[in-house]
Amino acid sequence: MPRSILAVDDSTSMRQMLAFSLKGAGYEVEEAADGQQALNIAKTRSFDLVLSDVNMPVMDGIELIRQLRALPTYKYTPILMLTTEAGTEKKMEGKNAGATGWIVKPFNPDQLLNTVKRVLG
Amino acid sequence: MSIDLSQFKQSFLEESDEGLDVLESGLLALDSGTADDEVIHAVFRAAHSIKGGAGTFSLTEIASFTHVMETLLDEMRDGRRAISKEAINVLLNSVDVLRELLDAARDDVPPEMSRVNEIQAKLEAVLNAGNNQATEDKQEAETESEQQEPEADGWVIKFHPHEHMLRTGNDTVRMFKELAALGDLENRVNLSGLPEFEHMDPELSYLSWILHLKKNEQQGAIDKAVIEEIFEWVEDDCDLSIEPLTSEPDDTSTSEQNDSPQPAEIPVSETITAADNVIPITGESDAQTVPSKVPAAGVQQPAEAQQKSSTRKKKATETGSIRVGTDKIDTLINMVGELVITQSMLSQMGEDFSMDKIEDLREGLAQLERNTRELQESVMRIRMLPISSSFQRFPRLVHDLGQKMNKKIELKMFGEQTELDKTVMEKIGDPLVHLVRNSLDHGIEDPQTRLAAGKSETGTITLNAYHQGGFIIIEISDDGAGLPRDKLLNKAIEKGLVTEQDNLPDEKIYDLIFHPGFSTVDQISDISGRGVGMDVVRKNIKELGGNVDVRTEEGRGTTFTIRLPLTLAILDGQLVKVGNETYIIPLVSIIESLEIETDNINTIAGTTEVYKMRDKYIPLVRLYEVFDVQPGTHRLQDCLLVVVEGDGGKAGILVDDLLSQQQVVIKSLETNYKRIQGVSGATILGDGTVALILDMSGLLTLAKEIEPVQNYQNQTYANG
Amino acid sequence: MSDIQDIVGELDALTDENAEQYLTFVLAGEEYAIDVLRVREIKGWDKVTTLPRTPDYLQGVINLRGTIVPIVDLRKRFNLPEIAYGPTTVVIVLKVFGEEHDRIMGIIVDAVSDVHNLKYDSIRPAPEMKGYVDNRFVNGLATINNKMVVLMDIDALMSSAEMDEVEQPAA
Repeated sequence: MPRSILAVDDSTSMRQMLAFSLKGAGYEVEEAADGQQALNIAKTRSFDLVLSDVNMPVMDGIELIRQLRALPTYKYTPILMLTTEAGTEKKMEGKNAGATGWIVKPFNPDQLLNTVKRVLG
Repeated sequence: MSIDLSQFKQSFLEESDEGLDVLESGLLALDSGTADDEVIHAVFRAAHSIKGGAGTFSLTEIASFTHVMETLLDEMRDGRRAISKEAINVLLNSVDVLRELLDAARDDVPPEMSRVNEIQAKLEAVLNAGNNQATEDKQEAETESEQQEPEADGWVIKFHPHEHMLRTGNDTVRMFKELAALGDLENRVNLSGLPEFEHMDPELSYLSWILHLKKNEQQGAIDKAVIEEIFEWVEDDCDLSIEPLTSEPDDTSTSEQNDSPQPAEIPVSETITAADNVIPITGESDAQTVPSKVPAAGVQQPAEAQQKSSTRKKKATETGSIRVGTDKIDTLINMVGELVITQSMLSQMGEDFSMDKIEDLREGLAQLERNTRELQESVMRIRMLPISSSFQRFPRLVHDLGQKMNKKIELKMFGEQTELDKTVMEKIGDPLVHLVRNSLDHGIEDPQTRLAAGKSETGTITLNAYHQGGFIIIEISDDGAGLPRDKLLNKAIEKGLVTEQDNLPDEKIYDLIFHPGFSTVDQISDISGRGVGMDVVRKNIKELGGNVDVRTEEGRGTTFTIRLPLTLAILDGQLVKVGNETYIIPLVSIIESLEIETDNINTIAGTTEVYKMRDKYIPLVRLYEVFDVQPGTHRLQDCLLVVVEGDGGKAGILVDDLLSQQQVVIKSLETNYKRIQGVSGATILGDGTVALILDMSGLLTLAKEIEPVQNYQNQTYANG
Repeated sequence: MSDIQDIVGELDALTDENAEQYLTFVLAGEEYAIDVLRVREIKGWDKVTTLPRTPDYLQGVINLRGTIVPIVDLRKRFNLPEIAYGPTTVVIVLKVFGEEHDRIMGIIVDAVSDVHNLKYDSIRPAPEMKGYVDNRFVNGLATINNKMVVLMDIDALMSSAEMDEVEQPAA
């Protein structure tokens, strides 16, 4: 069974790139354009990993992480933040909300895959 | 394995174009104070997305430039910085710069950096003026990121996860697996933290470990930084110490290193995490310190950056393709479906027809007419786009020009969703700009004058678009000074266009502004006095089959009204008969039609014929003569005169008869033949024959060239 | 004579590499030939709408399924005596290659004859003829069924330069 990943980012081109890179490595990928959409999808099925941008309309990444962690099925699911910000505040915020870790944008697709592989074991 | 993402570059560039539009409109909204809370966040996100994508495609100039914008916007959205006019202006200029940079990226040429650097310096000036301590701290932290990484035979890692570490989805086993991949791992677990089984909560972590990680043959020496990276996500959720492995066996006592090393660890590892797979950050810190770094990065051959940004706007509008909503396509498909049904019904009727079915036939044909008309309308609608894409340039234009002229101006736009033909829209852009500029320049007064006149300081320009009949109406109004009637009249008299005795009604006086060469601008402002006058505006609009009028009230304001047909390819025409020929005169050119009274025909200087219409003389055009066809009648009093408006003048066209008025589809003569003077195109009439559509200005020009009819013929007609 | 449309329709079947197919027509007793690939269709005579201020051999324009197509009267073009148009009058609709773009135009002829395979080597150059057909428009001569056939250069004949000829004053 291929591992499934929920990729959340408000930028269409970014989503396309994430999906392309991940699907190419054999992962099943579903996309969402903002936190609310992602939450709606997450409520209907489970994923092995959630990759989420931070700055998004409607519901941002931090809030999404918080809400996901409140769902019983997502208590331990690895959630990685996608962030360009090197600032520690956002990372801290994410961590406090329950993020597993982060991937920095712009991402090198090979690095992305390595990190994903690390997390999924 | 290397994944190539370059195929997504185009998508990113398009997305960035849209992002820039969001940026610009958001900034303008913030400036005018009409923005709600969400706007600044949307603006930030737009810049943020562009930065992120730019980094992915190694568009370093864009990434570093956008980073500065983003920093400024970040402060604004967090409330750490007030949204000042100065900041907004710099940001608006940044949007322009970004457009140029994106164009360069699109065309794969190195960008022209001089303006980029100029604006970037301004951005940074604004940033620094706001006393930004945080960024300086970050810089210092990063410059201290050189840590000595002593090589050792291995490392002793003491790892004690806090109770709730598992809540972050991090997994101890996973981390140990990663460690094991680095060398030889020995693991000693401390179970002392475990509670009684009944009290064990599976979601909590109670254990701690002391790990010995020794370098082995294959892997070689292990970098401390690599180990730290494995733990970087959980550094706040655990107690961690990484010490070089010495030859002495470590104490297996359960005492863990507690708080003392940790605080020292954390800042170190933080800076190190900043170093690793985060290439842009080093670039970012450079951008913040020394603007001159940027030119070093992009060695420039000066590219035609200026040109490109002007072509960018064109790209959006003048492409040979059009986006059509699927709803329009679905409607079209339905229409065609109905047409097919009607056709097969008629076909069946034709198989086996008898005169008693004549009523059915009539009904079928009426149905066919309905289907065809609906289909025609549906198809026309495909080429229609909302006028918003024409309107969208105006907020920025009004903002910039208002500032330049030190006038306070508010722009209101209505009816942006009103649709019009794509080609018409592309061509109406420039005339619209000219009219708006005119309002900005000559209409709206400066704030002091307005106040003195009892008006509010801020002038308003309103754009309004709506459908009326088969036309689209676009109104451009301002609440400014209005047109100066007397000044206009005097100027006209001065130029010899009218005389004092003419006693023109006011509306005719105001209409004079559309006359070629007529400009009341005292000094040529670079804004609208460039010689592209109102006459060109009217000419361009007429070429589209429309017209423009002006209404004004001195002291109150002015309104320009543009009227355009909804599509270029269809024309409302008046069919006229001359001999055996049928011609079509565009309805929009016809002023009136009347019966000839032969007494009113006069000849000037023996050659030019004129017709006395009320108290004016208009040139008489004998169409049969100009086109060299046989007239239907030689009795002038049986003819009709169609009074039309051509280039700057009226004329009367002599025809035998007026036929119907109908909408005709314009077909080109030039496709298979060539342009003929006096003829603007052709159409196919209901009976399948071709009728020529007359071009008024060409016709009138021709009429002047044609040798007049011999005098004797005149006499024959007059006596006829 | 077999149905003209059938003739045109049979073109695809003929494939001789050393020859080309030509459609022959009659004009004032002479036979002419044009490359069959240029023939779009053959129509009977129908009402034409005159165009003002054009050479008189430009008879006018017709509606060909929604396209405006100019029609040239070849008799007038070559200053041949005019005859009345009748049920046998034929309009050959042609594809004309131009400098800037291609066009659809029609020529009025007396009658259409047949389609022939003409081998390249059977085509002879036309001598400097004093005749009503200007050599500019002649690609060569051939013999079909013992009759001389003039191969017409349609592009040269219908080129825009030719169409711009100023109307000749009435003789």
